[in-house]
Amino acid sequence: VTIEVRFFASLADRAGCAVETVEIDEGSTAEALWARLVERHPELGGIGYRPLLACDAAWSRWDAPLRGVREVAFLPPVSGGRK
Amino acid sequence: MTARLVREPIRPEETTAAVRSDGDGAVATFVGVVRDRARGRRVLRLEYHAHEPMAVREIERIEEEVRTRFEVSAVRIVHRIGTLAIGEVSVAIAVASPHRAAAFDGCRWAIERLKERVPIWKKEVYEDGEAWIEGS
Repeated sequence: VTIEVRFFASLADRAGCAVETVEIDEGSTAEALWARLVERHPELGGIGYRPLLACDAAWSRWDAPLRGVREVAFLPPVSGGRK
Repeated sequence: MTARLVREPIRPEETTAAVRSDGDGAVATFVGVVRDRARGRRVLRLEYHAHEPMAVREIERIEEEVRTRFEVSAVRIVHRIGTLAIGEVSVAIAVASPHRAAAFDGCRWAIERLKERVPIWKKEVYEDGEAWIEGS
């Protein structure tokens, strides 16, 4: 199945793109998808944290199979900011 | 105006007007503005990026939580995205209540949750480079 992958903020800089399409086996997990993406964009491998994950614009788990999902988004932690 | 994410300049007085009603004795507002220094460097401008549908939904959730947790009559949160110059408003929050304590408390609570949960990131652009500000 075809998945639209979206990268945000510094992850888009590291991937060199904000959006790309990837073919995966039905029922693959986001973990497997991420491993494919790190192979394709080695700079994603050095971030030192696990991104936030959203499937079709809803927060999602890394180990859940991607069934019926069209878009997978990888997001850095949000800004935080000093009080 | 009901948009939670906007690309045009935010006018905080409109956010305040949107929440006030005749039963309210207090409107607390928070206005976040772009400052000219960060991490010891001079900042030229900021760029805010968002996962837009998720950011809108998280902002709406925070508004709903403020309404249920505090004795307030109305809440409005507006965040700007895109490129912002020094001194421009990045976020405006207005909370209306019959009395001031709930308005202050709800407004403070809203900005803290927004910083924790809403998928919006800023890039600081300096004279000699730029950096994404993410996580903590």
